[in-house]
Amino acid sequence: MRAFEYANPATKEQAVGLLSNSWGETEVLAGGTDLISLMKDEVIAPKRLVNIKGITELHGIATNIKTGLRIGATATIQDLLDNAIVHRTFPALWDAAEGITSPQIRNMGTVGGDLCQRPRCWYYRGGYGLFAKTEKGDPLVPGGDNRYHAILGNSGPAYFVNPSSLAPALIAYGATFRVFGSSGKRDIPAEKFFLTPKSEGEREYDLKSNEILTEIIVPMAAGARGVTYEVRQKEALDWPLAAASVVVNLAAGKVRSARIVLGHVAPVPWRSQDAEAALVGHAIDEKTAQAAAEAAVKDASPLSRNGYKVQLARVAVKRAILAAAKGGVR
Amino acid sequence: MRDDEEDVEGSGLSRRDFLKVGGISLTVPLVIGHRVVKAAGADVKVFGPNKVPIELTINGKKMSASVEPRVTLLEAMRHELDLTGAKRVCDRATCGACTVIVDGKAVYSCTVLAIEAQGRAITTVEGLMTGDKLHPVQQAFVDNDAQQCGFCTPGFVVASKAFLDKNPHPTPEEVKRGLGGNLCRCGTYMGVRAAVQQAAGAQKGGRRNG
Amino acid sequence: MADYKWPDAEKRTLIGKRISRLDGPAKASGKAKYCYDYNRQGLLYGKILRSPHAHAKIKSIDTSAAEKMPGVKAVKVIQGPGTEIFWAGDEIVGIAAVDEPTAEDAMRAIKIEYEVLPHHVIDNDPKSTPQDLLKPSGDQTTGEPDKAFGDADVVVEGQYGQPVITHCCLESHGATSEWTDDKSLLVHVSTQNVSGIANQMAGVVKVPAANIHVQQDHIGGGFGSKFSIDRWGNESALLSKMADGKPVKIFLERSSELMVAGARPSSYAKVKIGAKKDGELTAWESESWGTGGIGGGGAPPIPYVFNIPNQKRKNTSIANHIGPSRAWRAPNHPQACLITMSALDDLAAALKMDPLEFYFKNMELTGPRANVYRDEFKIGAELIGWKQHWHQRGDQTEGPIKRGLGLSLHTWGGLGHASDCDLTINPDGSVELKMGTQDLGTGTRTTLAIVVADSLGIPMDAVKISIGDNKYPVSGGSGGSTTIGGVSASSRRASVDALDQLFAKAAPALNAQPGDLESVGGAIRVKSDPGKSLTWAQACGKLGGLPLTVRGKNPGPGNLISQGVGGIQMADVSVDIETGIVKMNRMVAVQDCGLIIDLKTAESQVYGALIMGICSALYEEKIMDQNTGKMLNPNMEFYKLAGIGDIGELMVHMMTGKGYDERGPIGLGEPPTVSPGAAISNAVANAVGVRVPYLPLTPDKVLAALEKKGGANHAGI
Repeated sequence: MRAFEYANPATKEQAVGLLSNSWGETEVLAGGTDLISLMKDEVIAPKRLVNIKGITELHGIATNIKTGLRIGATATIQDLLDNAIVHRTFPALWDAAEGITSPQIRNMGTVGGDLCQRPRCWYYRGGYGLFAKTEKGDPLVPGGDNRYHAILGNSGPAYFVNPSSLAPALIAYGATFRVFGSSGKRDIPAEKFFLTPKSEGEREYDLKSNEILTEIIVPMAAGARGVTYEVRQKEALDWPLAAASVVVNLAAGKVRSARIVLGHVAPVPWRSQDAEAALVGHAIDEKTAQAAAEAAVKDASPLSRNGYKVQLARVAVKRAILAAAKGGVR
Repeated sequence: MRDDEEDVEGSGLSRRDFLKVGGISLTVPLVIGHRVVKAAGADVKVFGPNKVPIELTINGKKMSASVEPRVTLLEAMRHELDLTGAKRVCDRATCGACTVIVDGKAVYSCTVLAIEAQGRAITTVEGLMTGDKLHPVQQAFVDNDAQQCGFCTPGFVVASKAFLDKNPHPTPEEVKRGLGGNLCRCGTYMGVRAAVQQAAGAQKGGRRNG
Repeated sequence: MADYKWPDAEKRTLIGKRISRLDGPAKASGKAKYCYDYNRQGLLYGKILRSPHAHAKIKSIDTSAAEKMPGVKAVKVIQGPGTEIFWAGDEIVGIAAVDEPTAEDAMRAIKIEYEVLPHHVIDNDPKSTPQDLLKPSGDQTTGEPDKAFGDADVVVEGQYGQPVITHCCLESHGATSEWTDDKSLLVHVSTQNVSGIANQMAGVVKVPAANIHVQQDHIGGGFGSKFSIDRWGNESALLSKMADGKPVKIFLERSSELMVAGARPSSYAKVKIGAKKDGELTAWESESWGTGGIGGGGAPPIPYVFNIPNQKRKNTSIANHIGPSRAWRAPNHPQACLITMSALDDLAAALKMDPLEFYFKNMELTGPRANVYRDEFKIGAELIGWKQHWHQRGDQTEGPIKRGLGLSLHTWGGLGHASDCDLTINPDGSVELKMGTQDLGTGTRTTLAIVVADSLGIPMDAVKISIGDNKYPVSGGSGGSTTIGGVSASSRRASVDALDQLFAKAAPALNAQPGDLESVGGAIRVKSDPGKSLTWAQACGKLGGLPLTVRGKNPGPGNLISQGVGGIQMADVSVDIETGIVKMNRMVAVQDCGLIIDLKTAESQVYGALIMGICSALYEEKIMDQNTGKMLNPNMEFYKLAGIGDIGELMVHMMTGKGYDERGPIGLGEPPTVSPGAAISNAVANAVGVRVPYLPLTPDKVLAALEKKGGANHAGI
């Protein structure tokens, strides 16, 4: 790890004031589980870390019947799991948090950190850049070991998958991300927050280098049924190979509205409006769930070694839909 | 130790704030404490990149050291304070060998900066014993042979203690799910499961399963 | 002549009981100091700069900037310009500095130019391998394989194998070296070979081996990868020399540990196997290949255990640039077992035979352990409910979750190695055993205390066990399951001889002949008149002013140990055929290892072996990238190991009693690690109805095999 200086501001204004206006110079420190690892691997080498854990207004989870759930950016994964409202009303979010099976990560990792963590692509982590290129500029992923890479939205130059556990569920619940910067706050629909970078230096999310994610607002989801289903090899801490968050509203036994968002399959959390459309107006059963699952992956374009992920994504969507129909409420 | 230089508001920070971090001129092992920079009209302390004095509260004792901000809590404990119970293994928040309890919660000390652990109550495996007496969790690890080479053991003991503090009457399924943040290479998991169940009984006066 | 033989079952006070390991409290309390934990006075932190290229020639090295950095105490070029490098991660420059951050900064200040050369890091297909890296090895024919295949009623062909996996010791490899004077070196090294290290270092550090003192109290895993001082160990001593003898600690980062400090060779094979329709095995043909890095790889001992009468074998070793290989628990056996037992299982499936019945049909081909295997299979089948749960290939249950059972068997030698020890009885009654061995977590310390205490008739806590120091009598490296036989035999002989000498000193006080005495429960007494006795301390007082020290040796008089064990394992898995995810339900191991000294730690060894086997069957692979020549997963995030919830329920049964105990202690570290891959692969095939050719059994491979269902590789569905 390269040397850096460290600040522990008390307010979000101070935090923003301590951040540089260009990427690479400063980084925001929250749970640290990803950031410190990236710095040890020298994938990034900021000259200043701004710890935002001391900013009280970024803490905690609060519920308001009118405005919904307000999750502070530094609320931890464990805070989500311990929250009765999250458990009862936002089960897809709770499921997603539970998929992070290390208690230590749950205790340290923050919601904001989960959303802003960097891709786990092993070429990126190995020092070949976000687009994983050789010195000559040749992309390494298409002809390399892409078993964990994207099957959707992967026309390049980004081939990594968005690693967030919580993002698909937050998008499915129609959350809004609130961002604070030198010119004040900005609200961004969760779905629009995540970006597929097109050139080096761009990030995978809509934040400037001197902005911080401060809170996540999730509108109340009365009557909605939600489930997140992760396909994961291990029970112990492990990355999902594919995941799907599904939130549906039923009326008279039929789907009135649906949000279906896939995780770990594309450079961004992948909302499938095709899958949603396939479901709306129908009762959920084996057949309609299968049809929605097929719709979710119909545009998949697997790379040389990750064709199996198409099947895993399909299964994740189908199982999440069926589980939502059966339960999805607590 | 106040630096006269101030940040230029809005631009984030001035070039000179960052010494020559990438260059070799930086590595002067001096303790220079902190500087103060202006941010949002307030004075904010900025520490490092050179060594800064820190004070940690570990196992109820105040301990001080002088480290750069880039030094992790694990490294500070192992290199500066001779607390070597927590191990460095994966060093990337995956394996749990470095687990300590901070303010009641199990964390990976390999990815906590020492400087940010100040003011927290830190408990390490060394702090679990009462005099010469092993903590019930430690005793259960011994009784159930929940260790072979023993390198993962301190992390597992601490994670188990934190788990039981939160879940005093775990089912076997809860034990399997509640210790998913620690890895063992020799393969002691059967012993660990039994140890946690035994300790759960012992902590509650020998009652098990209610 | 002293009677060294092991006490009969009814006379054993400690041997064979369940005893908690002696160093358990130290380990559980964090007090146990591993070599990685020693912070010697004035410690310097060593780092190694490694090659980023898998194959290259060093053109130039400029260390001048690093040398000038404050806090840097020594910089040493390990491999200089002109040297050809054969794997990424090889050691180029060593640095010692006052702290870790400084050492890291100094590494970044070193400039190395390379001429990059072509590399090859793929091992799963000899056809895609450059010809000059292929080495044919081990072509052999026995009997008349062609005729036997012609006469066979059923012939099955399949492809099986397993990639390179790494040891991933939790305590990485490393050493701290310091010069206590100009000519004397003290080394704390994480090693399986305390007595052997000094002679490995002597030539390199240029002092006599006698001047090199090696110490290690505890070791955080070795598994076969820690017999050598390694280049970094030597460099710690050489850097220390450059830094006025100050201690220099070099322990590998996790990435280096996984890249260069431990790898088990891969092994793959195309197998053809034939039998009569009643199941009698008649013919074997295999074409195998694999790699252990630039040195290639050895031919796996296939067919494993089953000595099929007619065989044709061909092996090709692939030399490539993935980094060096090291011994890994039971070298070559797990790979050979996987290949053989998978082929046998596919053949049984083609015959529609229960594999258990098929194994019994051919059991005589296993040689001298046939009866052991039969007994063990009966116990294993009972424990796992084989009869109730086994079904023909392909679980016909509705739904995506398919369950299956698989089995395997294995063998190992495990003869005790050469071992010397000194047993001292002091006039105050205290007892110390000194031996230059090491406790890898197998319980060596504990077993020594059990042997000595049981032999002397005193409690365990009356015995001090001193190991992990090369100033103690030489004992072999702990590898190949040779430790327990060696150390138990030498310590037993020392104990018996020491007791005889103590009896001689005590006999006059009891008006008896030394031969009439026995030591029981802390008292020396006359066998025929137990009322006539001295306490242990009183008897020791008769030694006079000086302690009694006796050298125990192995080999030595008396038949105390033997070799050759058999074990069987059965696995019960569930496979989600929609996701390809394999979950362990249960696993059973039934194992023979002769006379068990400590049942508790012996069982732990077997549990551990099963878990390591589950890890490699389901998760482990050293993933190499052909474009960059580098390992893609040199971390514990993607070099996956099973967690506490991933192993199912495990059952271990140790074979003890008549027929086993009289063989004396036989090593146990290797044998139970052999079968898991085969048993699990067979269970998966039984569940899903098709063979997944290669481990690890990851979703991509399982789904691919299911997709191909109907191909040549799934006879019998």
